[in-house]
Amino acid sequence: MKRAALRRADAVTPPLPRFRAPVLFGVMGVVFAGLLGRALYLQWVDNGFLQEKGAARFSREIELPAHRGRVVDRFGDVLAVSTPVKSLWTFADQFDATPAELAALARVLETTPQGIAARIAKNEDYAIIAKQIPPEQAARVMALKIKGVNEQNEYRRYYPGGEVAAQIVGFTGDRDAGQEGMELAQQSWLAGQPGSRRVIINRRGDVVEDVAAIRAPQAGRDLALSIDSRLQYVAYRELKAAVERHNAKAGGLVILDTKTGEILALANLPTYNPNARNKVARERMRNRALTDVFEPGSTMKPFTIATALESGKVRPDTIIHTEAGSLTIGPATIHDAHAAGPLTVEQVIQKSSNVGAAKIALSMPAETLWHTFSDAGFGTPPRTGFPGEVAGRLRAPKTWKPIEQATMSYGHGLSVNLVQLARAYTIFATNGELKPVTLFKTDGPVAGRPVVSPQTARAVRKMLEMATQPGGTAPKAQVAGYRVAGKTGTARKPDGHGYTNKYVASFVGFAPASNPRLVIAVMLDEPSAGAYYGGDVAGPVFSSVTGAALRMLGVPTDAPVDNVILPPPGTEIREET
Amino acid sequence: MARVNLILLAVLIVCALSLVTSRHDARRLFVELEREQLRTRQLETEYGQLQLEQSTWGMPARIEKIARENLRMQLPPAGRVEVVDAAAKGTSP
Repeated sequence: MKRAALRRADAVTPPLPRFRAPVLFGVMGVVFAGLLGRALYLQWVDNGFLQEKGAARFSREIELPAHRGRVVDRFGDVLAVSTPVKSLWTFADQFDATPAELAALARVLETTPQGIAARIAKNEDYAIIAKQIPPEQAARVMALKIKGVNEQNEYRRYYPGGEVAAQIVGFTGDRDAGQEGMELAQQSWLAGQPGSRRVIINRRGDVVEDVAAIRAPQAGRDLALSIDSRLQYVAYRELKAAVERHNAKAGGLVILDTKTGEILALANLPTYNPNARNKVARERMRNRALTDVFEPGSTMKPFTIATALESGKVRPDTIIHTEAGSLTIGPATIHDAHAAGPLTVEQVIQKSSNVGAAKIALSMPAETLWHTFSDAGFGTPPRTGFPGEVAGRLRAPKTWKPIEQATMSYGHGLSVNLVQLARAYTIFATNGELKPVTLFKTDGPVAGRPVVSPQTARAVRKMLEMATQPGGTAPKAQVAGYRVAGKTGTARKPDGHGYTNKYVASFVGFAPASNPRLVIAVMLDEPSAGAYYGGDVAGPVFSSVTGAALRMLGVPTDAPVDNVILPPPGTEIREET
Repeated sequence: MARVNLILLAVLIVCALSLVTSRHDARRLFVELEREQLRTRQLETEYGQLQLEQSTWGMPARIEKIARENLRMQLPPAGRVEVVDAAAKGTSP
């Protein structure tokens, strides 16, 4: 059968050409050689692409997230913390949910199906369905297995203190980058470095083995501020009450520790909630106590007097004639709010006499006065570590005209910020040392820079204590059980041409006067509900904050509890500037 | 000669098997390590959330509100406070 078939084939096909077989062998040989060459080339020379493709089947690069450090107060209580959250997103053309699924999705996200549909329709391709929701909620959504819904890991920053310390802590923006406050200033300290690892996974997607060295994630470090949350809250509460009562435009309050120079509390109004800051005006975010300046007014007088005491021009009991409350220098005349006869230097502070301070200032060269002001930290930024703090303005003494020297003696013609002012008062709260101020937690006492002698510091401290007693400008600053000392300021605000009818009311003081622990500075900008004197507006805030703060810190009382003596109504001493 | 070869073969087989076992052990332990590390991350997350919760519940504003309104507490007037100076009495505070 086979033979017959072959024979038949032989019969019908003509004989093959003799060169056919070699040609075919040759062609196939060339093709094989080509394939072999290609295989060798891929194996040895250009092997990157295929190896990569192969590795993609079983190895994965895993991102290791690093969380941002916390911001805590001096006792470790959290002021800012990051927690993982999830965002749900989709490509609009891939999103495919049945009405029932959409309703379920809306139920989990606590919104309406129409709302979700509108969100997706609004965007051309990439749409966020839910931004930064808790992981459990995201897990419930993913369990619905809706086509096209993806999840993404993110961190969200929470500020449990809300508006109380908002301006100090600041906040972060996109990608965990600090945008304001200490979050901005300490970005590199707080930020974490995400790491990565390359691993082999099995068929089920479990990690089986690390293949390359792990790049370990570097978690952000915690930042301990000097803030005491309890004092911060009291400061905020009292300042807020005062700003509302006196219908002020803004307010600030600083509490300094006299031993270490730490800022224990720094409250600002108006404020905002850093957890919900979508429509907050930029100016509410400003840390006014550090970034805004004002003319301090009479709170500068103690520095004038201290200079005069240091130079030996006057003694605390030297009599100054206040010229019935007005003094003409060149073309200008300065006034006292209340005319008084001859005053001792002590009484110039106690009753806040402008004429008295000006006459004392004019008895000295401008350089001498400038030196004390400059040494007390005016004209240089307080260097608390806060971004954007300002230096204030203190002009060079060569440019001072006599009238300017006179007005500067009671705080006009120069500008300061509230922290600077509080820091300067550490001179009188200690034995004449200016303490460096900081927003970072510090251990142990910090040495200051001597500015005036201990005798001068003690003498001025006594004058400042007199100012809070009957006969002084600030009886409302007294605290039951503690001796306090301080100085009022009631400064008209300049508007570029002259002085307006708007005021800055302030009070800077310290307590307990026998061994000062805290310096507290209060400032209210444009109180407009009638009262505007520093002693009436800022003094009571100082009193309530100081009382509460000293009790909280457990500072022993240094006076009997019935020490508060208020003058009869209508006889208060008032001052302007 | 053949005996030496047989012994070497046996040693080889034992080594090969132990390699397989240790390789398997390594995989198993690695998976376990992986699971524990995942747990660490979860616990860290939970710690952060708890801290947040603690500081939210412990906000001075909230405590003050509850103390004043629910518990009807108030600050004693200055006259009813007696201060004991622990250092002066020689007792520890």
